[in-house]
Amino acid sequence: MATPLSLKELSRKEVLLTAGHRMCSGCGAPTVVKMVLLASEYPIIAANATGCLEVSTCISEYTAWKIPWIHNAFENAAATISGVETMYRSLKKQGKLSKEIKFIAFGGDGGTYDIGFQSLSGAMERGHDMIYICYDNGAYMNTGIQRSSATPFGADTTTCPAGSVIPGKLQQRKDLTKIMAAHGIPYAAQASPSSWSDLMKKVRKALEIKGPKFMNIIAPCNRGWRSRTDDSILLSRLAVETCYWPLYEIENGVTRVTVKPKEKKPLVDFLKPQGRFKHMFAPENEWMLKAAQAEVNKNWERLLKEEAFTASLETPKE
Amino acid sequence: MGQEIVAVTGNEAVANALRQVNPDVSAAYPITPATDIMQRFTSFVSNGLVKTEMILVESEHSAMSACIGASAAGGRVMTATSSQGLALMWEILFIASGSRLPIVMALVNRALSAPLNIHGDHSDGMGARDCGWIQLWSENAQEAYDNTIQAFRIAEHLDIRLPAMTCMDGFIISHSIERMEYLDDEAVKNFAGEFKTTNPLLDIEHPVSYGPLILPDYYMEFRRAHADVMSKVTKVVLDTAKDFEKISGRKYGLFETYRLEDAEIAFVILNSAAGTSKDVIDEFRNKGIKAGLLKPRLYRPFPYEEVGEALKHLKAVCVLDRADAFGASYGPLFTDIAASLYPYKERPILINKIYGLGGRDYLPEHAELVLNELAETAKTGKVKTFKEYIGVRE
Ligand SMILES: Cc1ncc(C[n+]2csc(CCOP(=O)(O)OP(=O)(O)O)c2C)c(N)n1
Ligand code: SF4
Ligand SMILES: [Mg+2]
Repeated sequence: MATPLSLKELSRKEVLLTAGHRMCSGCGAPTVVKMVLLASEYPIIAANATGCLEVSTCISEYTAWKIPWIHNAFENAAATISGVETMYRSLKKQGKLSKEIKFIAFGGDGGTYDIGFQSLSGAMERGHDMIYICYDNGAYMNTGIQRSSATPFGADTTTCPAGSVIPGKLQQRKDLTKIMAAHGIPYAAQASPSSWSDLMKKVRKALEIKGPKFMNIIAPCNRGWRSRTDDSILLSRLAVETCYWPLYEIENGVTRVTVKPKEKKPLVDFLKPQGRFKHMFAPENEWMLKAAQAEVNKNWERLLKEEAFTASLETPKE
Repeated sequence: MGQEIVAVTGNEAVANALRQVNPDVSAAYPITPATDIMQRFTSFVSNGLVKTEMILVESEHSAMSACIGASAAGGRVMTATSSQGLALMWEILFIASGSRLPIVMALVNRALSAPLNIHGDHSDGMGARDCGWIQLWSENAQEAYDNTIQAFRIAEHLDIRLPAMTCMDGFIISHSIERMEYLDDEAVKNFAGEFKTTNPLLDIEHPVSYGPLILPDYYMEFRRAHADVMSKVTKVVLDTAKDFEKISGRKYGLFETYRLEDAEIAFVILNSAAGTSKDVIDEFRNKGIKAGLLKPRLYRPFPYEEVGEALKHLKAVCVLDRADAFGASYGPLFTDIAASLYPYKERPILINKIYGLGGRDYLPEHAELVLNELAETAKTGKVKTFKEYIGVRE
């Protein structure tokens, strides 16, 4: 069982991603990483896929990481950490190491949903004792806001720019959290930095579970979302309250929505403050708002049904 | 000096070398003709003959990526591949060498697609020759075995810490049975020694960051440091060979010369085709023609000075390449040999033949043709053609 969170305890802990890194002010990603590391009661070794988080936190001769950290390439954070974890198991078995250490890979949505998808799927299937954490900002931000398969429907990016003929991204997002759960891994979850205690509880829980775990955490990017620099937490909260980014976990096949909004807000509340959706509010693009809302509704209703259905499958505890 | 005489394939020999060295972790993915090495090795794992933890990855890209993670974590790591597998790793090969991780890889040389071909040529190894790895090339099963064992000592040497690949010809060596000698397990274990960690990720008391972003202010210094460290490799290779001779009785250098000292004409050729060439050289010697051969062993870093010294006295030299470099004038080995000889005012005439692509046989008559041409060129000073394909339909 994971130890319950206590603010008192957390406030005394060392922050393991130091200030002075070079991510944009107001970026959601370092907040997510700090919360993850703060939640852990174990020493962590991290791998990091190429992307904003990686390029901004370890620029020679400085590093913001107070834990052992490795960046290999863009698409292979999962394979890389699987190598670290395997060496750990080998040396432990040989009696050369005894400490309990946990392994986490961090990747952006591009490095996770797209180019790193195979490496991630392989590592999960092999059953390494690790958590893969995707910080999802919905585009390739580091290379200048290009579309990824995590980019929301309708968004204006630099490779699917909203033009007079094509009004932004025309496809819906890939539902990666569900795809990872379909690997049959013991734990997959979605979290948001706006619900810090939910996020940290999930990390603590995942760290106590043996085997491969996956977490998908929304991480607003004011550069790419065309939003105010101080709106990161607000936007990640709106993502949850509109049910665009539901907070749930799938533990051994059982789905549980961990935070249910008291009142489901209309999706436009999340879209409106973001410049990347501005064109969707033009009269001729009203259909886009409808399509986006319909997708959210469909996914949310399905999630609630999954929760009810999988609860009925749960084997009663003795 | 306990040695067991056996009749085995090149792959079996390499698999046994890997068993004797006993790495901590291995990550690999099947591809012909290297698959057989890992099949044999995983049976050692399944039967408890090694302590190695296997990572049976979903691609060669992940194999090399996982090897990097494992090596940076702090332990002995190896893999094996061929052809498309090496090509898929290409991006990550540079990260292994740039991060100075002593991973050892058995490369069973095979042609590259397209067209698809699973047989032996050197296109794969040549495509990766400048990625900052050490390359040791092997003529036969014995050399592949000996090079594999030495590769760990060389790669892990604290003065260099670089990844190393050992190369042998696909099928011609990997799948043919030859007589060779195994060292005993204890001798190899002692020769390889304990793995010494340097800045391991697993040392959580001393956290390190691997793989930083380095901007124009320092990137060039890192590359220069890599180049500097490459220049230390020859000494380590020679020192290792000396120690290896003590346990095996077999002598190794940076390259092998065959009847070269008093020769007037010579071949420069890599791997298995050197054997056929040596036989034909003997025939020509019997006819009074002074022929010889140089077979590179350490191909990266290439020992330009030593090779230049060994070849400079010749009248005519043919460099045989089992890979072409499309769009370049000559094959890859040729350009290295030409560069080795460039500093000398008096130097042999150089010609280049491309042979044996995609497993095409290299026959004694090919070697005879080349030696006859070289003898003629040496006499007249005239060159028929600087580069051509041999053993090919016109
Ligand atoms: C093989 C390869 N292709 C492309 C790139 C260029 N590249 C570097 S980071 C990046 C985008 C990263 O996007 P994401 O994973 O979403 O992280 P973010 O920057 O948004 O945090 C791209 C395309 C690369 N480094 N390697
Ligand atoms: S571009 Fe976006 S994701 Fe990247 S550092 Fe800036 S705010 Fe963060
Ligand atoms: Mg992104």
